[in-house]
Amino acid sequence: MGILRLRGAWRRAASRWGVFRVLVLGLVVGAAAGVAVLDAAQPATTAAQDGFVPMDDIPPEDQMPAAPLVAGAYAVVWALAVGYLWTIWQRLGTVEAELADVNRRIGDRDDG
Amino acid sequence: MTAMNRRLFPVLAGLSAFFLVTAPIVIIRAPYESTMGLVQKIFYFHFPAWMAMFLAVFVLGIASVQYLFRGKPAADRLAVAAAELAVVFGLMGLITGPLWGIKAWGVWWQWDARLTMAVILELILVAYLLLRQYGGAGSDRLAAGVGIFAMANVPFLYVSTEIWRTVHPRTSVVPTLPVDFGLPLWWSFAGFIALCMALLAARARLEEQRAALDRLYLALEED
Repeated sequence: MGILRLRGAWRRAASRWGVFRVLVLGLVVGAAAGVAVLDAAQPATTAAQDGFVPMDDIPPEDQMPAAPLVAGAYAVVWALAVGYLWTIWQRLGTVEAELADVNRRIGDRDDG
Repeated sequence: MTAMNRRLFPVLAGLSAFFLVTAPIVIIRAPYESTMGLVQKIFYFHFPAWMAMFLAVFVLGIASVQYLFRGKPAADRLAVAAAELAVVFGLMGLITGPLWGIKAWGVWWQWDARLTMAVILELILVAYLLLRQYGGAGSDRLAAGVGIFAMANVPFLYVSTEIWRTVHPRTSVVPTLPVDFGLPLWWSFAGFIALCMALLAARARLEEQRAALDRLYLALEED
């Protein structure tokens, strides 16, 4: 019984292995074809491929623009200041409303 | 304290609004720095944000000393207000710094002495607030100790660029600034310090009102 079960398992594994081999073969062929197509489509490049040459400054079109960074920094500062003031105002409003409510309850109780 | 805060807030808020609304005009008219160009103008908000943070941390530290050794509840309330404010101004510094750094240094962040100490100070202040929020009974005295520790960190943070090799500009840059750079800086500085004090007055008032509410609830329970 045990031997039969072992044989079945072996057959299933062999069958899976066959599918696996087909898959691997397909991938290899596909990748090779892809590489061949991409290689043929490569444009001539001006980028340095044989060595890098240093220079003092990069051209203006390659430089990171500073204006968004400056505007972003100022926006963050304003947002934090105004946002924080708003949270204080909200919390103060809640506490003062509760304070008025408790004062009223104390007043009612003293009157009653 | 509450009445003083009520009188102080409009004056300080008006002053800070005047300086901060006009600051961009003064900053735009300032010359560009020769090596950093436009991005150096972040400095006019970055440096005052840290100075406002240091002011808040000093208020926190001194108020914590008063609470710890003299047991003044008003000092404790001021300390809580100052700690929260210090976190906010610290965040401003920690966000504007990398925005400047990515252009000036080519990196958002560098784990050098100045920047690392700044993060540690911010974390100490966050720890103070967490302690106050979730620490339970007795956490006010423990937090006061943390507040003093935060204040003790400030002088080291300030002189760190003179002691250790860092990518950050040295502290000596500010006193030697030419007038053209100095005017927008001190203009903005005045706005930030007024803003810091206005927010402190408002936040301290919130703590006062909370304390008044607690007293009322206690009175209600006792009767």
